[in-house]
Amino acid sequence: MANIQMQKLVKRFGKQVAVNELSLEIEDREFVALLGPSGCGKTTTMNMISGLLKPDSGAIRFDGRLMNNVPPGKRGVGFMFQNYAVFTFLNVYDNIAFGLRIRKMPGDVIENEVREVARLLQIRHLLSMPASNLSINDMQKVALARSMITRPQIFLLDEPLSNLDAALRNVMRAELKKIQQELGQTTIYVTHDQVEAMSLADRIAVMNFAVLQQFDTPHNIYNHPKNLFVANFIGSPTINFFEGVYKEGEFQLSDFQKGSISLSSPATKRTTESLKAEKVVVGIRPEHLKLTNGKTRVLRAKVVSYEPLGSKTIVYLHPDANPGLIIKSSMESDYKPKIGEIKSLSFGEKDLYVFDRESTDLVLRF
Amino acid sequence: MASIKLIHVTKKFKNTTAINGIDLEIHDGEFFCVLGPPGAGKTTLLRLIVGLEKPDAGELLIGGELVNNVHPSRRDISMIFQNLALYPDKSVFDNIAFPLRQQKVDEVQIGTRVSDVAKQLKIDWLLEKLPSQLSGGERQRVAIGRAIVRQPKAYLMDEPLSNLDALLRLEMRVSLKELQTNLKETFVYVTHDQVEALSMGDRIAVLDKGVIQQVADPETIYRLPSNMFVATILGSPPMNFLRCAVREKDGHLSVVHDSFVLRTQDQTLINTIRESGSAENLVLGIRPEDVKIHTRPDAGDLVQAEVYVTEPLGNETIVDVKMGENVIKVLSEADFAVGSGQKIWLKINSMKIHLFHDETHECFFHASGKSSFQLT
Repeated sequence: MANIQMQKLVKRFGKQVAVNELSLEIEDREFVALLGPSGCGKTTTMNMISGLLKPDSGAIRFDGRLMNNVPPGKRGVGFMFQNYAVFTFLNVYDNIAFGLRIRKMPGDVIENEVREVARLLQIRHLLSMPASNLSINDMQKVALARSMITRPQIFLLDEPLSNLDAALRNVMRAELKKIQQELGQTTIYVTHDQVEAMSLADRIAVMNFAVLQQFDTPHNIYNHPKNLFVANFIGSPTINFFEGVYKEGEFQLSDFQKGSISLSSPATKRTTESLKAEKVVVGIRPEHLKLTNGKTRVLRAKVVSYEPLGSKTIVYLHPDANPGLIIKSSMESDYKPKIGEIKSLSFGEKDLYVFDRESTDLVLRF
Repeated sequence: MASIKLIHVTKKFKNTTAINGIDLEIHDGEFFCVLGPPGAGKTTLLRLIVGLEKPDAGELLIGGELVNNVHPSRRDISMIFQNLALYPDKSVFDNIAFPLRQQKVDEVQIGTRVSDVAKQLKIDWLLEKLPSQLSGGERQRVAIGRAIVRQPKAYLMDEPLSNLDALLRLEMRVSLKELQTNLKETFVYVTHDQVEALSMGDRIAVLDKGVIQQVADPETIYRLPSNMFVATILGSPPMNFLRCAVREKDGHLSVVHDSFVLRTQDQTLINTIRESGSAENLVLGIRPEDVKIHTRPDAGDLVQAEVYVTEPLGNETIVDVKMGENVIKVLSEADFAVGSGQKIWLKINSMKIHLFHDETHECFFHASGKSSFQLT
């Protein structure tokens, strides 16, 4: 168990800045996800924590102790990668026991530890089986057991679920979260999949182009994204963005023929006080954008297609003044629109995310 | 424009049977999706239709004509792959025009056909550009343009969107569906992604181990899966399965799980269960959205359970719930906030359950909105 403190970490590869002045404080026992598109610097960050890479500048501390020059083997970190390191010529028991045997632990201690880890991962019945006979799912659990058994104070996971098929990924996600809650190891999880980050982590560090965008709880990342990038990266289907201007209690959205959203009076007051930018981007998440036949709403759009996904139906529409833009609306599973039909868009003021078009920062939530 | 028909088609590679006696009829003008995990035989199926592989047994008909021995180039089918294979040194116009020039179509006609196609795909303003100047989505459109310009009998697509990022994939899904609706041509689309199949297919064939598991429209395949494999591959999170014992007493039949009992007196249903061959055990299936969580025992017919972990997704929360020995996934509100180990109560919608044979994994009963069971 340990807290991790990173201060102004910089890592360059040639002229390329892979991580730029990253400061992050991860608490003891915390589950943190490093999330971002490929090339954002998340794996480089993890490699600096493990010691596989040395930062060009800045400091990494575990429990206050400077780690910059401590070799990986002495940092007390355990790894698990996308490609599971399992010896296929050994059975499951020997695979799991491996890390303790090279540490020359006594036999009865090893036996107890192996059984305890196997119980946690629900693979006790597999202990005598050759590793080469395992399913992919069990193989992944054995790989996890191997890295858990040495009780590292910090656990680093690099996209550990990405080789599994969708159904297994769903199961393993819950298992990983449960295990981390029970063991309480500080865990850092690298992923490009926002669903994994949201569902697993206590806090998420969203990165883009080597720079930390936001570090916060899943709830806040979703409901109060710091900027357009974070808002767009989190959520499926992605948030709808409409460009517009704000003036005297009204947003005017250019994608619609009649694109004005007038605010109720208390909201207007707040907006006028806090909103400096005139050019804005208004965001509305698909689950807050409902379709109606009513004529009272001004925002109108034409249905282009819909996706009956079983538990819900996603409807795609073009706004009436911009056939190049696709609007996403999440409706009930039995909702069946007609293609070509014109619908009115309905949403509440509290569902609006307002961004400054120039800085791209979130400037207003009601 | 053509229908495609496979009759008992089998294809083996050495000892592996990639396609095992498949019967399939793809209608003219249909958007047909083939869904299956890696190794299911999806790509082999496409290669058989296009003529890159020859069936070991069975018949393949395109537009009613037997084509087992017809050369791929004469089957008049267009194929679009995951890797786009655009000519990097040719402009968008020349890339799209390429198949027509090979067919020695005259230049005036090429001009009109290319610009028609480009308009349809909304890339008419890019015709002078080189592929390297385009975004991923635009390149994908050019590849599609090149396939549709020669107006073949059918289009086959092998996971064409899997290299694109999530946002583009969504956009391309919408435009492919739009395109097919306008063209009214036969599309055969192979994918391992259930969202793509559900969202684009008029009908879906689920394929596993070279065998067709079910062919139906998206709604039917989601609501009435024919077996546990189909129930698992569609839906995210997939259907939950609970192994239950079957007991009969005094004209009642009970489906017994560690944490609840479902009882029925419905004689037809009792007979169905008897005839299914599930004399002692069966598997009960229920989708994550068909279970509701109560944080208090404030209604009738609730089943006590325990929160295992929660997975907040922003717009909703997946709650993993421990029920006896099983952990099931339940979809709940975004603001669900009950911690691990806490007690909760489940309302299992018995009108939405499915019953499967515990060995063959075949489904023999869908509640389909009818209330046949009482929870006790």
